[in-house]
Parts: sequence; C-alpha cells; structure tokens
Amino acid sequence: MRYTQFTQEQVKRMLTTIGVDSIDALFETIPQPLRLGRPLDLPPGIGELELLREVDTLAAGNRTCAEQVCFLGAGAYDHFIPTVVDAMAGQSEFVTAYTPYQAEASQGVLQLFYEFQTMVCMLTGMDVANASLYEGATAAAEAVMMATAITRRDKAVVADSIHPDTLQVLKTYGQQRGFEVVTVPSPEGVVDEDALAKAVDDNTAAVLVQSPNFFGCLERIDRVIDKAHAGKALAVVSTDPLTGGMFKPPGHFGADIVVGEGQPLGIPLQYGGPYLGLMATREKYLRKMPGRVVGQTRDTNGKRGYCLSLQVREQHIKRERATSNICTNQGLLAIRASIYLAAMGRSGVARVAAQCFDNSHYTAKEIAGLDGYELQFDAPFFKEFTVRTKRNVKDVLASCHDNGILAGVPLVRFDDRYSDCFLVATTEKRTKAEIDSLVAALKSA
Amino acid sequence: MNAEPKTRQADHPLLFELGSEGLDTAFTIATDVPAAKPADTIPAELLAEELPGLPQVGEADVVRHYKRLAHRCFSVDENFYPLGSCTMKYNPRINERVSAMPAFANLHPYQNDADVQGMLELLYRLRCDLAEISGLAEVTLQPAAGAHGEMTALMVVEAYHRSRGERRMKVLAPDSAHGTNPASCSTCGGEFVTVRSREDGRVDLADLTAKVDENTSAFMITNPNTVGVFETQIAEIAEVVHAKGAQLYIDGANLNAILGVTRPGDFGADCMHYNTHKTLSTPHGCGGPGAGPVGVAEHLREFLPVPQVVKRDDGSYAWVDNRPKSIGKVRSFYGQINVLVRAYAYIRSLGHDGLRDVAEKAVLSANYLAARLKNRYTMPFPPPYAHEFIMVPEFPDSGVDEIQIAKRLIDHGIHPPTMSWPIHHCLMIEPTETESPQTLDQFAEAMLEIADEIENDPETVKTAPHTTCVRRLDEVAASRKPNVRWRPE
Repeated sequence: MRYTQFTQEQVKRMLTTIGVDSIDALFETIPQPLRLGRPLDLPPGIGELELLREVDTLAAGNRTCAEQVCFLGAGAYDHFIPTVVDAMAGQSEFVTAYTPYQAEASQGVLQLFYEFQTMVCMLTGMDVANASLYEGATAAAEAVMMATAITRRDKAVVADSIHPDTLQVLKTYGQQRGFEVVTVPSPEGVVDEDALAKAVDDNTAAVLVQSPNFFGCLERIDRVIDKAHAGKALAVVSTDPLTGGMFKPPGHFGADIVVGEGQPLGIPLQYGGPYLGLMATREKYLRKMPGRVVGQTRDTNGKRGYCLSLQVREQHIKRERATSNICTNQGLLAIRASIYLAAMGRSGVARVAAQCFDNSHYTAKEIAGLDGYELQFDAPFFKEFTVRTKRNVKDVLASCHDNGILAGVPLVRFDDRYSDCFLVATTEKRTKAEIDSLVAALKSA
Repeated sequence: MNAEPKTRQADHPLLFELGSEGLDTAFTIATDVPAAKPADTIPAELLAEELPGLPQVGEADVVRHYKRLAHRCFSVDENFYPLGSCTMKYNPRINERVSAMPAFANLHPYQNDADVQGMLELLYRLRCDLAEISGLAEVTLQPAAGAHGEMTALMVVEAYHRSRGERRMKVLAPDSAHGTNPASCSTCGGEFVTVRSREDGRVDLADLTAKVDENTSAFMITNPNTVGVFETQIAEIAEVVHAKGAQLYIDGANLNAILGVTRPGDFGADCMHYNTHKTLSTPHGCGGPGAGPVGVAEHLREFLPVPQVVKRDDGSYAWVDNRPKSIGKVRSFYGQINVLVRAYAYIRSLGHDGLRDVAEKAVLSANYLAARLKNRYTMPFPPPYAHEFIMVPEFPDSGVDEIQIAKRLIDHGIHPPTMSWPIHHCLMIEPTETESPQTLDQFAEAMLEIADEIENDPETVKTAPHTTCVRRLDEVAASRKPNVRWRPE
C-alpha cells in the first residue's frame, strides 16, 4: 500500500523544475558509505485486504474483556462509554489536526480545551487546569517537579498506597531530576497519618497521596492535606475524576495540585494507553504548571476567541528554562473526556459514581460472605476493594478465568506482602447477574 | 478558496451556555443490586454536599456543539498542512480501523500474557521493525511522545555513564535544535550547551570539537536537521563525540526524509527517538496522543525501561522486567498502545519498498516547492533539501512579516507553515510525501500570489486572515491576564 500520488510523468516534470535528472540526485548530500545500499529487512508492502487478514490472525490471539466479565481495575477501568463519544471524537477534523498553535485556524478545538479545563476544575474543585498530560503516573511526577520548583525543596513524601507504577515513575524521574522520594507505609490500607506527619520536614516539597488509592481505599485527604501544610509542603492529590460525582473534591480541602488518570472519562481500556493525565492547581501556581493551557481572549474586532496562553513557559520559547519538556500531549483523549462529561452531565456523573459504589459494595459484601474470603482492609472504598483469601490466589483467578471471568488483579504482581490478595473493581457496567457469577466462581474455585 | 460559510461565522456558545439547569440527561443505567448508603461507610467530612457544576445538555445539542467545534478546525483531512518539522502527512483510514478493533482496543493491561498473545506479538514485531529502520540494536515502546522519548534516552545515557563510574552533566545540541532538546536536558537535571551552526545550516564541527569534553553526556542532533539539510559530516561528528566518551543522540523528528536510504545506527547514533505521529502516520489528534519509542545501540540495551516485550524460545510472547540496570518505568503500564497499533499497521502496509518511497517523494516534493518559490522568496541555505526547507520572505519596504504571510495562507485554505524558527523571520515548509502535484502547485501559486499581493496590496496581507470565524487574536492579553476557565456569572 502506498499513499503517495505521483505518476512517472509528474515525477519527471518535477525533477525538471528542480533541475536534476533523478530523485537519487536529491540525496547526494548523504555520503555513499553511510547509505544503506540494500532494502530494509522488512517484508514488501501489502494491500488493505491482506493487512486485515494478517491483523485478524493477531487479533485471534487476544481474548478481550468484552468476551469475558471484567472485574479488573488497578488503574484502568471498564466503564461504559456513551456512543456519542466515539461518534464526535472520531470526527477527522479533531483526529487529524495539529496542536492548535494557529489560533484562527483552530478555534473549535481551542474552545473545546477551554471547556475541558473548566470541567477538570469543576471535578477537582481547583481554580485552573491544563489541557492534559500523558497519563496519571507522569502527571503525578510532573506535579512533584512543579512542587520542587515552587518550594525550592527537593523531597517528596509519598503514601505507599499510590499506584506502584506511579511510585516507580516518580523514582525514575527523581533519580534524574535530583528529588528524593520517601514512602510512608499504609498498613491498614490507608496511609499511616502519624508516620506521614513525621516524614514531612523542612525539605519536603510535596506530600503525594492517591485517593481512592491503589487498594481502592479512600484516604482521609482532608487530614493528609493539613499535615502537608503543617510542614509548609504542597499537598498533591491524585484522584479518580468520577469520584467528583460523590465526594468532596480535593480542592475543597485545600489541595495545591490535583492530578489524576482520566481514563474513566470515556477512554477505552486499549491495553493501558493512550490514557489521559489530568492536572489542576491553584490560581497562584498557574504559571508554574506544566503543559498547554488555553485562554479566552478577544480578536481585533473585539469578538470572543481562544488561543494557547502562557506559552512563555513552554519549551519552544523558553528552551532549557521551560517548566517542563512536554510538547505533544493527549489532545484527542482530552476531547474524548470533554465529550463524555458533556454527554453525561452532572446527573450522569453522579449516577455513574453511585452505581459504581452500589455495585462494588454489593460485590464486596457477597465475597466477604464466602468461606475463605474476606476484605483485606476496613477502610471505606468507592469502586474497588482488596480481597484476601486462604486459597491460592493464582488458582482462584485461573479457575474464574476458565469460567470467563476476569476476577481481579493479583497483588503479588506488585508486592510480595500481599501475595494472598487480589483487587476487585466493579464499575457501573457490571450487572447483578455478572456479580453473582463472580461470587459463584470464587466459591467453587 | 475554502472561505468559511456564514454559518461558521457566528460566535459559538460555550458548552456551559447550553442546556438547562434541572434537565436530567439521558444516561440512566439500570441498577439491579441493592443500593448502598454512602453515609454508612464514608466519613461525613468526605461526602459531597453538592455536585460539580457540570452542564446538563441534551444529546442532540451535545452532538451539534461538537460538530460545530469540529467545523472550526483546520485538519490534514481537509487542508494542506505544510507545517515544517511536524510531518503532517495523510493518516490512513485503515490504521484507524485496525486500532479500533475490539481485539486491540478492549484489552485490560493486567490481563494474563496468555490472553493477549496477539497484542504482544504485534508489539514485538513493531519494536523489531523499528530497530531495523534505525539500524539500532533494541527499541523500547514505552515513551508517550517525542519529548518523553528524548528524556527517556537521556536517562538511559546517564545510567550508562553512571555504570562506568562517571557523572556527566553537559548535553550539547546545535542552535537549530528543537526546543524540546534543551527542555528535556534540563528536565533530566543536565546543563545545556549550544553548538553553533555554519553558514550552510550545518553543525560547526570546530565549535562542537571545542565544546565536547569529558563532562559531556550526549550530543543531540536532528538529521536531516531542522533547516532541512543532511549533516554531511555526521560520521565525523560521531567520531568527535565518541572520542570524548559522549553519546550521539539522534532526534528522530525528521526520520521521514531518510527511511530506507540511510539509518542513524549506520551513521554513528547511540540512541534516538521516533515520533510515530510524524514519520509513521499516526494522527496528531489536536496535540496527541503521539508515541516516542526509543532505539539504542548494543551497549545501552541493558538500561532501557522495563517492562520489555520479548519472544520466548517456545514462540510465546511475554513482558519481562528482569533487567537490574534498567532506568525503571517512565510511564504507567506499557505505552501508547493504541497509537503503536496504528504505527505497526502503517509499517506493515508500506513494507520496505513503500517506506523508501516515502522518503523519496517527501524529498522530491520539498525540493520541487523550493524550486518553484526560489525567485520570489529567499532561500538562505543551498539545495538540495531533505523533506523540508527554510525560506525567508524579504519584502523590505512592505512592512509585511512571515507571520502575516502565514496567516494569509489560511485564507487560501492552507494551514500556515512553521514560522520564525529555527532562524529569524523564516517559514519552514514540509509538504510531506502524501500531497498530489496539484496540491503542491496550488500552494506554490498561493505563495506567489501573496508575494504579488505584498507588492500591490500589503494591507490585505497584514490584516489576514479574513475568512475565519475570528480575526487576529490578542495573544498577549491572553497571557498577561489569563482567563483559562469559564465561571458562572
């Protein structure tokens, strides 16, 4: 398959205009010894039909979540996506446009990002938000780097109940950037608040906590934020945006930076990416926030319009003094999240949150009633919880899998201390019948 | 041509100005489990007393809203987009179809490897194909975008130096480097040093030789470079860099120009990043998602991020993370998978012959446009060009600048080229390989017409664009007194 569109005659005519006699002459500045001198060792091109046949063969090697009943979570959730999201986000004007640097030719998406920023603020209770970062883990790392720049301190105190990937990314970034990552244990499924208070010192730039956390438990972010502020550190909260439909947002308690994984907002599982990094902060830190920000302004006729604003922070102007190196981000995912929120509306988001809550609490109660299973933690939860079993976790999950049920994510994958535990996530998509089939499968496992 | 119809001229209301307070949107999902009372388990302090102020808009109006917003965007599907250094090529529909297949789009990242063998095989093949394209030993698919790839590669290089007991703080790049290069360097805590370019736009080897030393971690260079010429001395550059133990980093933004012709690994690169959203036709999506895989030479492999997808001896595929010297993870899960599926479909569709054809036609198109415009616009660097070229509008008495010319192109239905970078007052033009000769000619005609217009009617150019839903926007005010969110009256 080729997407070039020139006849031999046209090529000849163009070469004549250029004043050379072959395309090869245009490559004369590449010294001969450096040229490949052979075709790339790849198969020759194929047509669409052949490609689809090949891809179908690969596809047959996958067993999707739709073919099974999915209770997997741990940072990626099987939420319902309204049809209108694909239909509207799939418009090729959005799909095939570049970053909207040329404001006059990009008013549509600039307005859309302005609306997105507003809705992120509404869900997080913050003053300002950016137009997206890569995903939840790097958003948390960017928030910590932002906090180090604001406070001129270089330590991050992190609840070890955050997603293990987030912790790993923080450590990777920290090693390079020269900030220290200190973890605080969460023996009861939520961070030990006294230990956290002790860990915060006069070199602490940020306290980072995730709620609901990796175990599904809700942290007492109200108290954690106070403890961060007592040490004059910034309070960074990572959150699930759908919790905005049920709980007070982190901004209500004075969080300084809120980040999150936006995948629950209309983004398919797609094996872990692309997802959507959310970031919101207080007005006074706007200029320290990484990522693109759209602003409302006026045109020469005084008409309302939108453009990228605060670009002086960005790498193409400020180069080595930029607040972050992020350039291409997650535009189309922010578009999906916007359309999702527009379609759901306030009542829809509240209903999804309530249904996640109802489903997960029903599931937890039923599982806890089974012989050999109990909830690992007493802490309150939203849509996901940790189950401990006396049986062999691997065998239990394999047995459910044989019955077409993805029962949960085994925690041994992340932490040997929890080798007898697995995470169960119950979104609004799960029916009572599906939940009952999970419970039955666990019982007979 | 392509003037916007009147319907697109009206000020379009914000989402928050639509809908009705108290309207219940259609999204009811039948719940059949007993309701749980949040107050029974959740501390009262945490429960919301009021819901977030999201709008309540009916579905028909939601559709109309986003339809109208889409109409107000230039896109590759509708407009020629000669945006230099961004490779705005056609994004094949088949890639969208493949990536949307439930077998790829509906997989959870924590499913067992056994459930996702097809996906893992695709990713494994992709990383091997990318290694062949660059001539490097191994590729990680994890980085989320080009700049993220830059940062990842710099971390790999840093880990390599550390493993040899060295701490090297300096990163060098030419003055024409992408802004992400210095930003990635400082994100990694390094010190950035600029290397001069010569008159002909190529790196000044003497200046590089003077600046590279035992404290230099890497030299980052784009090749062909951002002024659109191949660094003919790249082998000598590699030698100078390697002589001091530093690493040669290739910014893969311009890989489109050399596909199947020459390979970074063959001209001395130790590492590079790819931009799938440039070279490999994955769509830009109004600024992402992209993907920024990183390729490295043999000696850097053990430092690549984990997990890595591998093929086992029994022919099965798996994620492995048993690499003790790895820099760790640079993002959650495995990468921008759905983007990578598109990149795989593209490479597989084009094959070795189609990829080489890409480079040839991209270079042909750029040189053709330069030849058509050279009598009216100044070409500061001598041809032949790679896939893009720089030109400087010089109309001294008119007072017209490059930005105004770029904005005037919007009235011709053409997206502006890259402006004012990497040299002052320039336009950077990259037609890509997928445009027809007719489109290239239309663009050339438009540029020549604008040149005439500058001489006869400069005001029209200075006040462009004239056909868009808004006129020139006050970007200074937007930054000085930022209004970055809507608030209820």
